[in-house]
Amino acid sequence: MSEPMVQVHNVTKVYERGKQKIEVLHGLTLDIPKGDFVALMGPSGSGKTTLLNLIGGLDKPSAGEIIVAGERIDQLGSGQLARWRAHNVGFVFQFYNLMPVLTAEGNVELPLLLTKLSGAQRKRNVAVALEVVGLADRAKHKPRELSGGQEQRVAIARALVSDPQLLVCDEPTGDLDRKTADEILGLLQVLNREHGKTIVIVTHDPKAAEFARRTLHLEKGQLLEQAA
Amino acid sequence: MTRAGFVIANLFRKRVRTILTLLSVIMAFLLFGLLQSVNTVFSSGADFVGATRLFVQARVSFTTALPVSMVPKLEAIPGVTRVAYQQWFGGVWQTNTPLIMFALDPQRYHDVYPEWKMPEAQWQAFERTRTGLIVGRQLANQYRWKVGQKIPISSNIWPQKNGSKAWQFDLVGIFDGKDEDWQKRTNLAFIQQDYFDEANQFGIKGRTNFFILKLAEGANAAAISKTVDAMFENSPDETKTQTEKDFNISFVKQIGDIGLIVRWILFAVFFTLLLVVGNTMAQSVRERIPELAVLKTLGFSDGGVLGFVLAEAFALVLAGGLVGLILASLAGAMVEKATGGQFLLALDASVWLLGVAAIVLMSLAVGLLPALRARRLKIVDALAGR
Amino acid sequence: MLRQALAITGISIRSIPERWAPSLVIVIGLAGVVAVFTALLAMAAGFESTLKATGRPDAAIILRGGSDAELNSAIDRDSSDLIKQQPGIRPGADGKPLASAELMVIAELVRKDDVKSGANITVRGVEPAAFALRPRLRIIVGRNFTPGLRELIVGRGVLAQFQGANLGQVVRMRGSEWTVVGEFESGDSHESEMWTDINVARSTFGRIGSSSVLAALDGPEGLERLKAAIAAEPRLSMDLLREQDYFSSQTKQFRATIGVLAGVVTVIMGLGAVFAALNSMYAAVAARGKEIATLRALGFGGTPVVVSVMTEALLLALAGALLGALIAYVLFNNLSVSTLGQNFTQVVFSFRVTPELVARGLTIALVIGMVGGFLPALRAARLPVTTSLREQ
Repeated sequence: MSEPMVQVHNVTKVYERGKQKIEVLHGLTLDIPKGDFVALMGPSGSGKTTLLNLIGGLDKPSAGEIIVAGERIDQLGSGQLARWRAHNVGFVFQFYNLMPVLTAEGNVELPLLLTKLSGAQRKRNVAVALEVVGLADRAKHKPRELSGGQEQRVAIARALVSDPQLLVCDEPTGDLDRKTADEILGLLQVLNREHGKTIVIVTHDPKAAEFARRTLHLEKGQLLEQAA
Repeated sequence: MTRAGFVIANLFRKRVRTILTLLSVIMAFLLFGLLQSVNTVFSSGADFVGATRLFVQARVSFTTALPVSMVPKLEAIPGVTRVAYQQWFGGVWQTNTPLIMFALDPQRYHDVYPEWKMPEAQWQAFERTRTGLIVGRQLANQYRWKVGQKIPISSNIWPQKNGSKAWQFDLVGIFDGKDEDWQKRTNLAFIQQDYFDEANQFGIKGRTNFFILKLAEGANAAAISKTVDAMFENSPDETKTQTEKDFNISFVKQIGDIGLIVRWILFAVFFTLLLVVGNTMAQSVRERIPELAVLKTLGFSDGGVLGFVLAEAFALVLAGGLVGLILASLAGAMVEKATGGQFLLALDASVWLLGVAAIVLMSLAVGLLPALRARRLKIVDALAGR
Repeated sequence: MLRQALAITGISIRSIPERWAPSLVIVIGLAGVVAVFTALLAMAAGFESTLKATGRPDAAIILRGGSDAELNSAIDRDSSDLIKQQPGIRPGADGKPLASAELMVIAELVRKDDVKSGANITVRGVEPAAFALRPRLRIIVGRNFTPGLRELIVGRGVLAQFQGANLGQVVRMRGSEWTVVGEFESGDSHESEMWTDINVARSTFGRIGSSSVLAALDGPEGLERLKAAIAAEPRLSMDLLREQDYFSSQTKQFRATIGVLAGVVTVIMGLGAVFAALNSMYAAVAARGKEIATLRALGFGGTPVVVSVMTEALLLALAGALLGALIAYVLFNNLSVSTLGQNFTQVVFSFRVTPELVARGLTIALVIGMVGGFLPALRAARLPVTTSLREQ
């Protein structure tokens, strides 16, 4: 069996708010194999977003180890971490976080500016990514000209365009109606089953559990595992 | 799209705000260009003059006359190859347009100022014609004078023997300068000293305001200046001798410290601009914290994000600055044309260089703090809205 | 309606501290414009008032015909004696016509702050009558010069700007040495001069005659009578001017130059300030968007909103203008400077920040404030209520 995509060993995360210290994760351990599709669920304040941020390399643990895509990311400097993120992770957020000044194409092209690809090559990759999410005909529209669902697709295309192995999504359907949410979850499922992406999503949506392979529950910074 | 494209796209996030800020920058640099070129006109007017000519004037003031009989003594000084002289005529064209006009010895002047280019035939005509007058190209163009015309010019100092203030001259030559700098000075007029001596009402003969000494190659200007002044010390005709360049500088200095005034105004202007653009940049970054955080999630480094913000500041100030300087150039050229070359206001290389330096500095000044803020922001906090 | 406007304005003004950054931009921007405008024109005002103060309406200066400055004028002894005998001149205390022939010559002194460059100073050789003709001139330190000796009295302005002419020092002119024996004040441009006995000046500088004749006018028609008499006299070819007019006209070129400079600078800076003000006021309106929309939804009309925005802009502009005037006053008022006058000699004068100047600056600022506030105010009044409530 090959190495898991994500290995979290005994990770603790403590936040300092002024004089207060809040421990959000307590000695958490979990593995996510390659090709898995995990839904992280739990009440507010359970630490699921914090865990997601650590897995995605957006933050560092206060104690413990995190290995993602074979790399000890808890030991990387911030510059190295940035480069690591560019190659290995794609992010999708609840509020899309697209650049309002760029078209759909432009938004998807943004991560490719960090590569050495030529302009023509970048354009090709962007077209492919938009094709995968089914938005090729909206390429030249700005975010304000797109619906919520369409914006989220653009965000997913952006997360895919550098071909990362891991997709990390924070409440990707939180701002969408039922029908659109299902479409997005369906798209994620396709990416997982047909394109082999490992996907971790944080969600409140109980329907998401049906699309994922596994569901993990967090409460007060600790894991309550449940088989899917 | 490229990184540059992204930077420019971000500038137009709030179009009205960017355009208004841009306009403020344009105004500031327009003023900079105009004032700095005025300053340059006053301060470097002397640079192009070579060091091989000395100006001798009466010690107290060049408005006091010296006797032409000093010439042989001056010529005898080792290192002095030729002596010319010129006397202020106080010429007035039509009712009240003053002219820069001197009475002089044509041949001596020709020898000492090879920078003036005029056909030999015209120089000879000037020497031969008692009432001859030669003028610079600029002056001729301004009043549309042509060789062969009779030009009436009055003097506000010297009436003629018949009491009339109006003198009549024959225009026998028009001269040009040897290069652009000298061409800028062709707003002068010259007449014969001899004619002046015999025709002026006061019977003032053989007096002049300036002796111009042409020095040999490698002659020691400072030493010769001292020699001249020592020669006439304690006589009723005490002299003050300096290089032509120093003379020009000291004349401008008497008008006042133009540079100081210009610096004060520009200080006020750029200080204000700093606030205006700095505020815009700060606001723009503040609004975009989540977006900047997203850039970091995509893999742009802290330094990369700092670069984006600085590039944005630079693009804004560069665009406004270049347009402002170009407008100043155009305005200056228009003024120069409209006044027939009287006010030389066109921007030259030195002003452009200073302008570009100002653009770079101002970009840094307005962009640095917001850029550092962008660099510092923590992804997790920014995305959570903290 | 007024109550509505006042209420809204009160709210908006109280919220200015939250928007302190863009508000500061308007204040500082306008302070800059007003400070520069005031400083430049204070220079012109100072120069003009110094020269205007020189010369009285009841005295006339006579110059050789066709010369427009004392420097260019030369009047021989016979002519000046003849002039003094003409009708229209008021008799002095001794019963003789009160007129003084004066010789203008030039000396060189070194500036206090810049030892390398010399500057030309007017030396005026005078007859005793010159003092009676200038009642405001007083010797404040030392004593007057002794006729026949190489002695000088020096104006206060000279001492402010130049060195080497203090009490007891020796000034070299024309190969001879002159002692400074006194210092005088006169409240006008004569303070930029050094005075001595006209005969000593004549002999030292090799001149006969004088540059001008100053005569006291006899009654309101004195000028006309003197003018007519001189014009009728075939031996005299003179120009005659009321002394006051002569000095006023000397300021024309300086005033014109400074006027152009101040005009150009103020217009360009003013435009820049307008753009900055527009920017800030648009930002202010945007920041208050929700608040304005709520007020409108509650029933407040569009006009009170416009008034509140304009008032905010005007108040900020006013604050900036006062700051700018204050800066100009503190930094520049009474600052002594000198420049080249008509005779190629230095005229010493001081910056004068006058109330009139301050008022003009305030007016300019208010205009800028109005222009900067108008369009944003319109936008604030016209914003669709629902959009603003939904935004943010």
